Amino acid sequence: MFAANHVKNAVVSGVATLTALLVAPLAWAGNMQGGPAVNQLNLHEPATKIATDIYNLHTGMLIVCTLIFIAVFGAMFYSIYAHRKSKGHVAEQFHESIAVEIAWTVVPTIIVILMAAFATKSVLAMKDTSNADITIKATGYQWKWGYDYLKGEGEGISFYSNLSTPKDQIDGSAPKGENYMLEVDNEVVVPVNKKVRVVLTAQDVIHAWMIPSFGVKQDAIPGFIRDTHFKAEKIGKFRGQCAELCGKEHGFMPIVVNVVSDADYTKWVDAEKKKMAAKQDDPNKQWSVDELKARGEKVYAANCVACHQATGKGVPPAFPPLEGAKIVNGPKDNQVAILLNGRQGSAMASFKQLSDVELAAVITYTRSSWGNKGEAPTVADVKAARAWDAAKLTTLAAKQ
Amino acid sequence: MSAVLPAHGHADDHGHGHDDHHHGPPPGLMRWVKTTNHKDIGTLYLWFSFVMFLSGGVLALTIRAELFQPGLQIVNPEFFNQLTTMHGVMMVFGAIMPAFVGFANWMIPMQIGAPDMAFARMNNWSFWLLIPAAGLLVISFFVPGGATAAGWTLYAPLSTQMGMGMDLAIFALHIMGASSIMGSINIVTTILNMRAPGMTLMKMPMFCWTWLITAYLLIAVMPVLAGAITMVLTDRHFGTSFFNAAGGGDPVMYQHIFWFFGHPEVYIMILPAFGIISHVVPAFARKPLFGYSSMVYATSSIAILSFIVWAHHMFTTGIPAAGQLFFMYATMLIAIPTGVKVFNWIATMWKGSMTFETPMLFATGFIFVFTMGGFTGLILAVTPIDIQLQDTYYVVAHFHYVLVAGSLFAMFSGVYFWLPKWTGHMYDEGLGKLHFWTSVIFFNITFFPMHFLGLAGMPRRIPDYATQFSDFNAIASVGAFGFGLSQLIFLAAVLKCIKGGAKAGDNPWEGAQGLEWTLSSPAPYHSFETPPVVK
Repeated sequence: MFAANHVKNAVVSGVATLTALLVAPLAWAGNMQGGPAVNQLNLHEPATKIATDIYNLHTGMLIVCTLIFIAVFGAMFYSIYAHRKSKGHVAEQFHESIAVEIAWTVVPTIIVILMAAFATKSVLAMKDTSNADITIKATGYQWKWGYDYLKGEGEGISFYSNLSTPKDQIDGSAPKGENYMLEVDNEVVVPVNKKVRVVLTAQDVIHAWMIPSFGVKQDAIPGFIRDTHFKAEKIGKFRGQCAELCGKEHGFMPIVVNVVSDADYTKWVDAEKKKMAAKQDDPNKQWSVDELKARGEKVYAANCVACHQATGKGVPPAFPPLEGAKIVNGPKDNQVAILLNGRQGSAMASFKQLSDVELAAVITYTRSSWGNKGEAPTVADVKAARAWDAAKLTTLAAKQ
Repeated sequence: MSAVLPAHGHADDHGHGHDDHHHGPPPGLMRWVKTTNHKDIGTLYLWFSFVMFLSGGVLALTIRAELFQPGLQIVNPEFFNQLTTMHGVMMVFGAIMPAFVGFANWMIPMQIGAPDMAFARMNNWSFWLLIPAAGLLVISFFVPGGATAAGWTLYAPLSTQMGMGMDLAIFALHIMGASSIMGSINIVTTILNMRAPGMTLMKMPMFCWTWLITAYLLIAVMPVLAGAITMVLTDRHFGTSFFNAAGGGDPVMYQHIFWFFGHPEVYIMILPAFGIISHVVPAFARKPLFGYSSMVYATSSIAILSFIVWAHHMFTTGIPAAGQLFFMYATMLIAIPTGVKVFNWIATMWKGSMTFETPMLFATGFIFVFTMGGFTGLILAVTPIDIQLQDTYYVVAHFHYVLVAGSLFAMFSGVYFWLPKWTGHMYDEGLGKLHFWTSVIFFNITFFPMHFLGLAGMPRRIPDYATQFSDFNAIASVGAFGFGLSQLIFLAAVLKCIKGGAKAGDNPWEGAQGLEWTLSSPAPYHSFETPPVVK
């Protein structure tokens, strides 16, 4: 493959120059820190032991394949050059040789066994998620990632992580930044040289969490838990994105991991905890309808807008409109139930991870926007419905 | 049907000296609708697949146009996903598979010395089923929600979210599956029962051997696909939970079932190509195929191994280490029989007396470029590397190297090789060579840079990407348009050859061997009425 690479590189750089001339006015930004470099030709620079192993395995495989390639196609092209009718070469009529057949079965078998032997160690190392210092749960949603720090320093921290590339960069009305498409509002922060176990699941469809510099890629499967791990050896930001087709915004749910020193990590954890405490709603606060509506608009923008759209018109038929819909104009309890439980057989997932205030707010917002005139629920209504659901589950469990 | 109609035109004067009343096709459109003739049906299959190839190609070019630069310019993300999905479905089920059945129809009776296929009426039915299936796929773009956008693999639970385009795709696949199974039963029966006296299995032409094995694969796995998509259908509409964890199902089970079909499917799309190459290389090297029996054993080994490697498509789903190791080892084993085939072809060339007409150019191009796809396949078989490259453009590059430079180039090779036999005319060698060189160059411009994109971590199936990926995407898009336009040269070459051209003799190729070359060109309507005797 190397020989081909060289030839192809020459071709590629020729065409690249041509293309560069054509698109020169757009002159893309430079390399991305922790993401791809401009016209990167090989795997990312590894930031973990496992990524280093993968890098070396790949280089080794490439060298062996290149040698075989040169030998086999050297023979073929020599034959094409020498054994031509136009050169007066007369065809010999041999067509069998047991010895040769055995040789070219046995030799590749040995090569393949050696390759597999080298790879086996890495497979086992990648699967060893034991003795982690920190455990983080990553949940794939259509279309963002949610993170919960489950164990180790930072336990209890929880946030969502959305693409932060502005819309005008995507539609081309503003110049694209260096981290275009691979930047988020809330980064996953982890300490350097600590083994981080990532447990994954998904809310709706299958997603995949990947950071090339770590050599990590793991599907997040709804209803199941999977895990993977990494131990970053370098400080800095590392970027990846969802790698499993998950619907229309599949290309727009990046992942950024910020690896920091132990001291910086502790600082971050403290700041994050304070932020979360400040965000907590006062449980005794009485919410007016207008307050709920204002809060609901924000909740809607963070959770609902991708499917139901800012206009409330949705993207039928997969994502139905809310404008004038029965569910937002009819009895409020039905809507509360759907937000808590989702709607089976449709893309509508459960949003029970939102707080009672947030659910009451977003329901109020949808019931008073786009010409809808549904009765607004109170925070107490949502709380009651949630309690009723829980009670029902307990009863069902007791019956079994 | 044709027996009672008057003889028609040129098909009769083939000098085989039997009486001429029985051998003409009926005139007009009804000839094609009601035909039970293997050549007519073969022609229908080939034209159908070519139309699907161009349609799937237009979808691919729309994808490449959107990806020419970062940002969203031409299509929105929903439609982009429909394009990638339908491009895959149309090319796999509409273009490549039916094209090989077209070759089988044309060539198997002629190569084994039979008058026609075993089940002539079922043959007609298995072709005409494809038309409504293709219609459903096309219509699905225009229903509310558009065509299915879950990827050609139709992974649940994403596929349970889709609009009615998904249902249309499921029905289309059911119909195409039925068609494939009928075609396969026909091919197996024909090969096992209708060979000329003296043609033992181990004297059978390689193309028939590869198709015999392919037909068994099809019969084994098409029902598995049907099962998987039927479960998706009932999950969508009838409240079952095969792939829904909330109801006790498992989304990963879909992938196991799908790839139990999907991996043999990969070989279904390449084994007949191996067969074609095994005819073209000896013909133009003027030397018998090296290692005939090892070719048969290698093909069989590939077919058997194809059933125990499916989960290498699923290394990132989190299968246990033991599973990863098993599927890695099994997958790497496939490199061995595949290597044997490549070595045999090169040994066939070795010390031959080669000329490079278009079929040989495509065959040589096939061996060279397909093998690159083979090497990337071997690299992807290594689990840790696969986990790094899974669902990136590296995989896209890999399977286009084996499916375009593999299956498609082999079919081009076969078309140019047998066109003189099919039409009675020689094709235009200049056009053929132009078609080869533009195809092979633009193919590599399109797909080689995708290896780099994949290594650098660009996922597949995304409509917009980091700006660092821009140049290689631009190059790939330029190459794709060049490749697409090159296929119009092929159309021109074929049409020109059908309309006229130098008269082809019974055997226009100096080194071509086999019963088909003992027939006149164009081949008589009912290939062999009296079976030839094979010594």
